[in-house]
Amino acid sequence: MDAFKKIKTIVTPLDQVNVDTDQIVPKQFLKLVQKSGFGKYLFYDWRYDSNENQKPDFVLNDKKYKNSKILVTGDNFGCGSSREHAVWALQDYGFSVIIAPSFADIFYSNCFKNGILPIKLDEKIVDKLIQESGEIEVDLENQILITSSENIPFEIDPYKKKILLEGLDDIALTLKYENEIRKFEKDSMIPSVL
Amino acid sequence: MGKTLFEKIWDSHVVVEKDNGPSLIYVDRHLVHEVTSPQAFDGLRMNNRKVRRPDLTIATMDHNVPTTDRGLPILDQTSSIQIKTLEKNCKDFGIKLFDINSSNQGIVHVIGPQLGITLPGSTIVCGDSHTSTHGAFGALAFGIGTSDVEHVLASQTIWLEKPKSFEIKVEGKRKNPHAVTAKDIILSIIKNIGTGGGTGTVIEYSGEGITDLSMEQRMTICNMSIEAGARAGLVAPDEKTFDYLRNREYTPENYDFLVDYWRENLKTDSDAKFDKTYTLNIDKIVPQVSWGTNPGMTCDVTASVPFPEDFAKDDLNQQKAAEKSLQYMNLKPGTPITDIKIDRVFIGSCTNARLEDLIEASKVIKGKKVSQNVRAMVVPGSQMVKKKAEEIGLDKIFTDANFEWREAGCSMCLGMNPDILSPGERCASTSNRNFEGRQGTGGRTHLVSPIMAAAAAIEGHFVDVREMDLS
Repeated sequence: MDAFKKIKTIVTPLDQVNVDTDQIVPKQFLKLVQKSGFGKYLFYDWRYDSNENQKPDFVLNDKKYKNSKILVTGDNFGCGSSREHAVWALQDYGFSVIIAPSFADIFYSNCFKNGILPIKLDEKIVDKLIQESGEIEVDLENQILITSSENIPFEIDPYKKKILLEGLDDIALTLKYENEIRKFEKDSMIPSVL
Repeated sequence: MGKTLFEKIWDSHVVVEKDNGPSLIYVDRHLVHEVTSPQAFDGLRMNNRKVRRPDLTIATMDHNVPTTDRGLPILDQTSSIQIKTLEKNCKDFGIKLFDINSSNQGIVHVIGPQLGITLPGSTIVCGDSHTSTHGAFGALAFGIGTSDVEHVLASQTIWLEKPKSFEIKVEGKRKNPHAVTAKDIILSIIKNIGTGGGTGTVIEYSGEGITDLSMEQRMTICNMSIEAGARAGLVAPDEKTFDYLRNREYTPENYDFLVDYWRENLKTDSDAKFDKTYTLNIDKIVPQVSWGTNPGMTCDVTASVPFPEDFAKDDLNQQKAAEKSLQYMNLKPGTPITDIKIDRVFIGSCTNARLEDLIEASKVIKGKKVSQNVRAMVVPGSQMVKKKAEEIGLDKIFTDANFEWREAGCSMCLGMNPDILSPGERCASTSNRNFEGRQGTGGRTHLVSPIMAAAAAIEGHFVDVREMDLS
């Protein structure tokens, strides 16, 4: 995984609550067996009509946001299905930061596995960012968002921050605990399935 | 201070604990299916890693398998590739697979319990959000993404921040337990606490309203915990739990020894404190029907489609969401729910496709025919459910009424296989999600119980099943 770098772009405002992962990537694209190339399916049914023409009123089709790497959206983003394809699509499309008042648990966890930084902020601040739709600098090292008018601090778990900043492979880190895992297995009372 | 059931299971599975941040949790059972695993196996190959515990890993194919005759080839090339990929991965990594021709094939959350793979007090993960279903047996069971599938395959562990504990007490008794079901209880809960109400928590369902339920009904409740945002939902195991799992194909040999331990230990201590609590009294609840595009957008069958302005008092965003939903669902505020006509009926999914669900649904269709304007299908949750249903003649009852009787799979719950709604079609569905396009692009889903879905198939519109003869 690539290390997370400071970024500065205009934000893409998606002013909706409870955006579920079925909307982020519809099911017809879950049959693929690789991780790459999901960006073109991002928000597919909202982006395209039945003839695959872009719907002009959907925010991602507004050229103004073409180079945006920051999505700002409503409460409970990423709810529903556990499909990591949703995160792969957001990342492949170009987003590396998602700002919302809250995230669904599985989606939130999936973000960190793919170098995407999800930032939880107070609903009032998020509403303001959506209204302004301006340029933001995201500084993960110092846990701060810099807008044209203010600096907004944000919270993040130190372990998750380290994973992103260093682009670590967490399986390699876990396998260092081989002794602890083996000891646990020796003492466990739950039998094998087979 | 005492501990909750969740805390006891958590504490007994911590491999590594840190002062800050996540703990490393051991996984007792890992269930694998074709859609969320190919990239995980690729990751193992790329890094030259093995599956650490193939003996704790079980695979099946459920999400995109066709539900038509198993003798026919799979026409969809991409589905076929995904299914073959799982076969190859299981072979290469030594994992037990119940493939499309296996008598044990079925929806992963239906086969786990029916084979005795699901056990109380264990931790269970799967790359599927409805893994919460297994919590009905007092297991800590939750969905994970594909990266974590790879992590569990490689290490049999997962890093997890400890969730908060949330007790949902279900008190009282349903007046008519055939008409008002577990589905109506869980839809009522989600309606009240919201689709984010359980985020960051593990729910423990307790109270007379839960202990009264059968195991299959408890599975319906725990299954939809994720629709309230909770990654896992639990019910403390009791004699019903232990009886259900006894003498299944994979029930452990030392089962009685384990049961003695579970009986003593797997319950919340009387002096334990939950981080959050909510109580629902079910004395007066009625059948539920969802009207919008998330499972919280649900109302009584006796009610009318709500006005978006009704939500403004809570939050302007909720009002906007309701307006958008009603537009998508093509529903006019004020329309009585029982006036909503339907085109399709789907009885299936990990929420409601077990034997009891099919028995209940069959009660309102015996000797009747599906409405002329409706196409209705039954997709049993597993091949074993199908077989048992056929042994007691349920298939005949359904097909005589003009329902289609299919092979097992996830089917139209998520529409990955050919079973989908056409744009604009309206479906009474026993599944778990009414998201936009979930059952097919432009399709409109109303979540209901199996008996409500069956009754709607006969009448062509929603009906209050309490008014029907259910003897």
